[in-house]
Amino acid sequence: MTTATASHDDHDDHGHHGPAKGIMRWVFTTNHKDIGTMYLWFAFTMLFIGGTMALIIRSELFQPGMQLIEPEFFNQMTTMHGLIMVFGAIMPAFVGLANWMVPLMVGAPDMALPRMNNWSFWILPFAFGMLLLTLFTEAGAPNFGWTFYAPLSTTYAPSSVTYFIFGVHMMGISSIMGAINIIATILNLRAPGMTLMKMPLFIWTWLITAYLLIAVMPVLAGVVTMMLMDIHFGTSFFDAAGGGDPVLFQHVFWFFGHPEVYIMILPAFGIVSQIIPTFARKPLFGYASMVYATSSIAFLSFIVWAHHMFTVGMPLQTELFFMYATMLIAIPTGVKVFNWVSTMFRGSMTFETPMLFALAFVVLFTIGGFSGLMLAIAPADFQYHDTYFVVAHFHYVLVPGALFGIIAGVYYWLPKWTGHYYNENLGKFHFWMSFIGVNVTFFPMHFVGLAGMPRRIPDYALQFADFNAIATVGAFVFGFSQLIFLFLLIKTIRGGEKATDQVWEGAEGLEWTIPSPAPYHTFAEPPHVK
Amino acid sequence: MFSRTWQRLSSVVLGLLSAPAVMADWELNMPRGITEVSQSIYELHMLIFWICVWIGVVVFGVMFYSIFKHRKSKGAVASKFHESLGLELLWTAVPTVILIAMAVPATTVLIQMYDTTNADVDIKVTGHQWKWQYDYLGEDVGFFSNLTTSQDEIYNRTEKTENYLLEVDKHVVVPTGQKIRFLITSNDVIHAWWVPEIAVKKDAIPGYINESWALIPEGQEGLYRGQCAELCGVDHGFMPIVLEAVTADQYQVWLDDQRAAKIAEAAAALGDFSYDELMTEGADVYARSCAACHGAEGAGMGSVFPALAGSPVALGDVAEHIDIVINGKPGTAMQAFAAQLSDVELAAVITYERNAWGNDTGDTVTPKMIIDSKE
Repeated sequence: MTTATASHDDHDDHGHHGPAKGIMRWVFTTNHKDIGTMYLWFAFTMLFIGGTMALIIRSELFQPGMQLIEPEFFNQMTTMHGLIMVFGAIMPAFVGLANWMVPLMVGAPDMALPRMNNWSFWILPFAFGMLLLTLFTEAGAPNFGWTFYAPLSTTYAPSSVTYFIFGVHMMGISSIMGAINIIATILNLRAPGMTLMKMPLFIWTWLITAYLLIAVMPVLAGVVTMMLMDIHFGTSFFDAAGGGDPVLFQHVFWFFGHPEVYIMILPAFGIVSQIIPTFARKPLFGYASMVYATSSIAFLSFIVWAHHMFTVGMPLQTELFFMYATMLIAIPTGVKVFNWVSTMFRGSMTFETPMLFALAFVVLFTIGGFSGLMLAIAPADFQYHDTYFVVAHFHYVLVPGALFGIIAGVYYWLPKWTGHYYNENLGKFHFWMSFIGVNVTFFPMHFVGLAGMPRRIPDYALQFADFNAIATVGAFVFGFSQLIFLFLLIKTIRGGEKATDQVWEGAEGLEWTIPSPAPYHTFAEPPHVK
Repeated sequence: MFSRTWQRLSSVVLGLLSAPAVMADWELNMPRGITEVSQSIYELHMLIFWICVWIGVVVFGVMFYSIFKHRKSKGAVASKFHESLGLELLWTAVPTVILIAMAVPATTVLIQMYDTTNADVDIKVTGHQWKWQYDYLGEDVGFFSNLTTSQDEIYNRTEKTENYLLEVDKHVVVPTGQKIRFLITSNDVIHAWWVPEIAVKKDAIPGYINESWALIPEGQEGLYRGQCAELCGVDHGFMPIVLEAVTADQYQVWLDDQRAAKIAEAAAALGDFSYDELMTEGADVYARSCAACHGAEGAGMGSVFPALAGSPVALGDVAEHIDIVINGKPGTAMQAFAAQLSDVELAAVITYERNAWGNDTGDTVTPKMIIDSKE
């Protein structure tokens, strides 16, 4: 607190005060831009840690036979890779973008609850520090898959499961606080004149995402607490021998898990809906239908969870219900894709790096959507379920989907954050290496999955060898391409061509009316939106 | 409708998208399988695949047309239109119709898959960490089925054989031309029993008995391989399934053989065995049933699976050692082996554990001791 007071005194003679000096700036900050920056760097660090695990997995799978690691460590790697990418990379990156951009896009001076904002970030390094430390314990890290199905994750789990449960609780608290903050900001701090239906799409998608988070993170907390009770306090929620039900675990988990999937994609929809109109120099096609489509997807996400469980032996009627409900999602999702394409149609397009990532998002996310539609067909899912076809599907929606959306957003807003344009050639190089890498990695997984390779196996039969080797090569190309991104980011922060306030010729919205780089404090006086 | 032409077209398209090497169809795509259900599923899969391809062609076609035609560098000037109620209604309605067209055949196939009534043969399938147990209900036949791929193959010390990781000691034998009902459950964690060629995949869940069925047509006798499809622990990748379809007559003969073998085995257990015989047999049983957890050299694995070399159990009281192997140790991963191994195998493996890797009790555990302690 003394630091905060001191910094205030230091800057009394300026028009507005700047950040405190040194490390304490970051520890005590309540500034949405500082916190957004920390979220983004945290997510980027986790991307590299989770990515390293992915490369360990792919290296072991390069050839049939066990070469580098043991099956036990392989299971720890698949589990930790999933947990870190979902909870450590994708979700915090979106929260970081929200922290930076929500106040700038709605014309607010900061987030509505700045101290809680600080706390919701600072929980995360401890949560993930604890999760990662389990790798060094004698029993090893969690090894039961990121979906942690009971009883493998309870009765049969390594002792590190307790740390995992506590870590999930902490991540959940962080997410809920972040979501409350975003909702409070969007609903209360919008500039005069910005009605709900005038909000940028990124704000809309994040508003809906934040409600999803508040609805389902407590469910996740509930299911891990039930696990904790089973492991340490003698209950039998998921233990059939004690009258419990292992399938109950899956119902509760996926009631969280399916909305979670949309938590990881809706903000990316928002980002792409900002970028495409800018570089097509044409207003977004069907703004209202975009909002309704996003809301429909969010609603449907609550009534489709059991399509992850088509093979658990549910009654026929239940299977049919979840099949039909799942197929319905294709309609609003289709509307969004058609709208993006119509926005481009008869526009005046240029192809800077954010646009390239956004276009790749539209194509590759749609491919992930197609395989999703195939997976929705329950009878066919009996063949697809738990194979590499599923692995291909969710990596298509998460990597060239969610992750490309985040990267597109970073390129798009980077000149606003740093005041410098990034090196366009380097950005394009990063894009093409990532694009090629991602497809070489994940496209062959469709084939091995259809041909019968189960997921989460450390070793495989000989007929799967060729495509696994190709996927491994692609994974290394994709992984190392992200070092280009790191280099580009550092280079842009340190200097570069001075960015204009509007940054992009076709950019519209409040965030482009303030100077580049964005001053430490913005919109002390609310702007007026016509 | 989606017959040979489509099949050929699909392999061509998939082939073009894939690696340069010429691949056989089954390596790229879902197998058609050998049952009516598996073939219906395959056709559903190809139907939805082609629907997706055509939607993709149209949507991406328009998109890439815009990308090439409507670019600023070609002097394109942006128009300002941003909504069209007609268009938006159209592209909500058309997908709805397509989805309904998809849902109808999918529902039909699903109803067929769920009709497990009037089965001719009932086989109970139990998942264990990490092996499958099969019981032929009402036939007094049952056995465990273990992976036979050697550790040397897995750890690249010898050449891998053709059915690497897909070979077991005992096949699950089923008759063709008869409706087989699989009753699937688990003894520990969740597994999933999957044989792609008959399109049967069902989770094996402790406390549940799931049902599935297959009718393999006559003339389709042969071996069909599958794997566990649900992460079930460290050796999830090492518990395959080999289904052997034989004619109804051969099936009856096989059942009789199984029953005769069981009687012979029980009689043999009453005979005398030398220390050397038991050690040889024991080494074999150990590699098959114990080494996955306790290690090939009895050194254990991590903190969960204790070492047997120098262990107080293997060097201590014989009766206690026998008790743990037969009944397992509740609350740990140690299973009860009474039903998995014959009395001779149990005697052999316990003898082996008490005398291998520097354990030097000199004890010989006979099958009779096993029979006694079971009573």
